[in-house]
Amino acid sequence: MTVTTALPTFDEAIAAFEPVMGMEVHVELGTATKMFCGCSTTFGAEPNSQVCPVCLGLPGSLPVVNRVAVESAIRIGLALNCSIAEWCRFARKNYFYPDMPKNFQVSQYDEPIAFDGWMDVTVDAETYRIGIERAHMEEDTGKSLHVGGATGRIHGASHSLLDYNRSGIPLIEIVTKPIEVPPAVAPAVARAYVTELRELIRALGVSEARMELGQLRCDANVSLRKAGDPYGTRTETKNVNSLRSVERAVTFEIRRQAAVLSDGGRIVQETRHWHEDTGETTSGRTKEEAEDYRYFPEPDLVPVAPSREWVDELRGTLPEPPAARRARLQAEWGFTDLEMRDVVNAGAVSLVSATVEAGAPAGGAKKWWLGEIARVANERGVALEDAGIAPADVARVEELIAAGALNDKLARQVVEGVLAGEGGPDVVVSARGLQLVNDDAALGTAVDEAIAAQPDVADKIRGGNLGAVGALIGAVMKATRGQADAKRARELILERLQP
Amino acid sequence: MTLTRKTAAELASSIKSGEVSAVEVTRAHLDRIAEVDGPAESGVHAFLHVDTDSALAAAAVVDQKRADGDELGPLAGVPLALKDVITTADMPTTAGSKLLEGWRPPYDATITRRLREAGIVILGKTNLDEFAMGSSTENSAFGPSRNPWDLTRIPGGSGGGSAASLAAFEAPLAIGTDTGGSIRQPAAVTGTVGVKPTYGGVSRYGLIACASSLDQAGPCARTVLDAALLHSVIAGHDPNDSTSIDQPVPDIVAAARKGADGDLSGLRVGVVKELGGEGYQAGVEARFNDAVALLSKLGAEVVEVSCPHFAYALPAYYLILPSEVSSNLARFDAMRYGLRLGDDGTRSAEEVMSLTRGAGFGAEAKRRIMLGTYALSSGYYDAYYGQAQKVRTLVARDFDAAFAKADVLVSPTTPTTAFPIGEKVDDPLAMYKNDLCTIPSNLAGNASASFPCGLADEDGLPVGLHVMAPVLADDRLYRVGAAVEQAYAAQWGGTLLEQAPALDGRRGESATADRGVVS
Ligand SMILES: [Zn+2]
Repeated sequence: MTVTTALPTFDEAIAAFEPVMGMEVHVELGTATKMFCGCSTTFGAEPNSQVCPVCLGLPGSLPVVNRVAVESAIRIGLALNCSIAEWCRFARKNYFYPDMPKNFQVSQYDEPIAFDGWMDVTVDAETYRIGIERAHMEEDTGKSLHVGGATGRIHGASHSLLDYNRSGIPLIEIVTKPIEVPPAVAPAVARAYVTELRELIRALGVSEARMELGQLRCDANVSLRKAGDPYGTRTETKNVNSLRSVERAVTFEIRRQAAVLSDGGRIVQETRHWHEDTGETTSGRTKEEAEDYRYFPEPDLVPVAPSREWVDELRGTLPEPPAARRARLQAEWGFTDLEMRDVVNAGAVSLVSATVEAGAPAGGAKKWWLGEIARVANERGVALEDAGIAPADVARVEELIAAGALNDKLARQVVEGVLAGEGGPDVVVSARGLQLVNDDAALGTAVDEAIAAQPDVADKIRGGNLGAVGALIGAVMKATRGQADAKRARELILERLQP
Repeated sequence: MTLTRKTAAELASSIKSGEVSAVEVTRAHLDRIAEVDGPAESGVHAFLHVDTDSALAAAAVVDQKRADGDELGPLAGVPLALKDVITTADMPTTAGSKLLEGWRPPYDATITRRLREAGIVILGKTNLDEFAMGSSTENSAFGPSRNPWDLTRIPGGSGGGSAASLAAFEAPLAIGTDTGGSIRQPAAVTGTVGVKPTYGGVSRYGLIACASSLDQAGPCARTVLDAALLHSVIAGHDPNDSTSIDQPVPDIVAAARKGADGDLSGLRVGVVKELGGEGYQAGVEARFNDAVALLSKLGAEVVEVSCPHFAYALPAYYLILPSEVSSNLARFDAMRYGLRLGDDGTRSAEEVMSLTRGAGFGAEAKRRIMLGTYALSSGYYDAYYGQAQKVRTLVARDFDAAFAKADVLVSPTTPTTAFPIGEKVDDPLAMYKNDLCTIPSNLAGNASASFPCGLADEDGLPVGLHVMAPVLADDRLYRVGAAVEQAYAAQWGGTLLEQAPALDGRRGESATADRGVVS
């Protein structure tokens, strides 16, 4: 393995070489049933509880194409500005692996359902057009669980368990054309592409596209060349399963390949594994060892021939493109480019949008999702949408603030409570006793006590020094353990100490 | 006449009228199986599994329905032998392979379901070449079946068990599957009727695949009408099989009844020039020529047609079939069901797969897996699989051109009569040539059938008349088959099978056994 310390910096690497990238993204469709059978696709069920003769590949069973999956594939293709095949077939990809019950995967080979499209992505206000080579349909494999080893990998395991619940879940694989962008932005463009694709998939409603659940998986192909040279040998880094990892993995691979090439070495065409912990890739299977998949048309399925009427009908169902939607929302929300970029990078566009739709001001919605909620989600290692608070909850908190029932400090405690699973905002407010003290009787007592305790401050205020009011408000807040309505407290103090 | 000698149509009507119970009929056939099927080393050995209890229970259900006054289907209560490549939830399904010995599928094939719904009584599962690959049943992991005409000879294959069960009067009906002739060739060499429907005419769901684009299940019987009745039970669209045809099934039973009038006037019959001559046994050619003369006598207009690309059908078939086989048989890897060898805690999954497949598959299966793996390999695909697919198109065009001149085509079903067990096991090419006449219809997907047309002079063994009809014109097969059948019955004084020798067991039951050769 390459010694990390010997790697050039990214800037050094791109000073000598130009990277060319290619992204392969697998999207697990959110269809109710699997690609070729009627089994449920619900995530997290008991192992092997969502299986049947077809997705177990039992002798004699036959596949039948899920029409909704084809529809999703066509919509993805259209949203990526692809041509939709008038006639295409499935193909068998033959290789042996225990998590594949038939020892072939039904996929598409030289006749993808969608091909030749593009998607624009923006990095630092610069727009880059990413060419889409193809989008094709295939079935997912089962999952292996290797037991008894230290690493959870097959080496060293005492035995393996197989779960076929995932077997046959519909996948769409989206493959880009070679991506050639200014070297300095290459890793950022790769990340922006996956981010944008994820937004698009979500906007289409065909998948939740959650990377942490494996619903969107990314393989990154990287090669280097001297400016003007033909393409260099590429590596394919697998298992790049977060947006941040996409950028890091591409960066690492550029630096690693630059080191090899600068040393006069050659790049081996191989798959590489990405390691989130070390931020490195390690060698997997080389091309020489690679399988010959012996693709041939799947004889158990008839060709897919979507009518032009159907394709046009589906074209009519496409959502607003993510970029247009973002521009519209940014204008509606009155955010600066920088503010909007933060929301996009946090993957919070839809959450903020939903919160605004539930009645909250955009600034408040952004503050919560990118602040307190993001912090907790990050701590727990979950996605924002899984942090345990709904857009409607956030909007309710904002509503309570506007009504004067909560101040910022109390509101934060309410959000904390909701995130901790204590219930909705109103439940947390009453359970924790977080109502703002703003009735004049209770507040008046605290004000009187504060004035009595600090007569010199009171004198200053009587003398016209309004800057001194803060000290008395502080004392009131302290006495009410932060639950006083500061604005009302100020009014009461001034009433009593009118010069 | 004993129950086992009756046709399915006769049995069904006797059951319906209450003359005999379905249980009695079933018991008679189970008794016959007990008499002649074993021992495996020397009996007919048509069956790999007989399920007495479930057969009698199914028969009792039919009797109860009749007692309740329920409507009975046209074959209710009639026993049937099911080729052991079709899944049954209540019986093992082996596909003739050690790899699946003892495997009990958790589901019924669509065919199985339709048979049960029709009240047909499944007696058991019949022997076949491993994964339906062969022409003799000698590739069965459980030993060959034997031809009731001569127990030293093969009953054809892969569906030799189904055909033998009919010829041995163990069952009046059977289901076969035909990838390159596995229904028709056994029918020809056992003197029975076998129909390969149009591809997609009968659901493949639950049929353990040999070659998916060629496999087609179909009816086997001793008479044309019985085959038609069974065909109409199993045919029709199945949403579980994407390749199943979503169109009405032609009225084959009506065609069989019409054909029995013996009038073929207006029918154009094309004799395929390329399917005959060198390599064809003299007795086979003689019976075939007689059959053509008979067709003419029945009023058909006989013309000669040429199908020049049929010469390439066999080599193309032996590229397409192994290619699909190599992929279809990949799932037998010891991971989920069936045989598992070498799983002693020290070996990897890959080693267990390799050991199991190495020991589990027979020589023919391995040969085809290797051929297919090679034919699909990168760099060879275009030259082999790709070219073969082009030939397939050309064969289909030959059929189209021929069917423009003729309503049906005819040829001998097989170049020879049943050969002795063991004669061709070491000569795969000689074995493959058995399917010379039957393979083109699998490549093109059209309907074909074999009907008995006499005995070869030199060996006194049955010869089959092969009739080919266009896609979805299965009814034409039955019209021709029934016409020929009634004409021969008049000539022979009964069916060809009545000339078969009696089997050990209850000798003398075959009253016409020593009648000699009639042609
Ligand atoms: Zn399933």
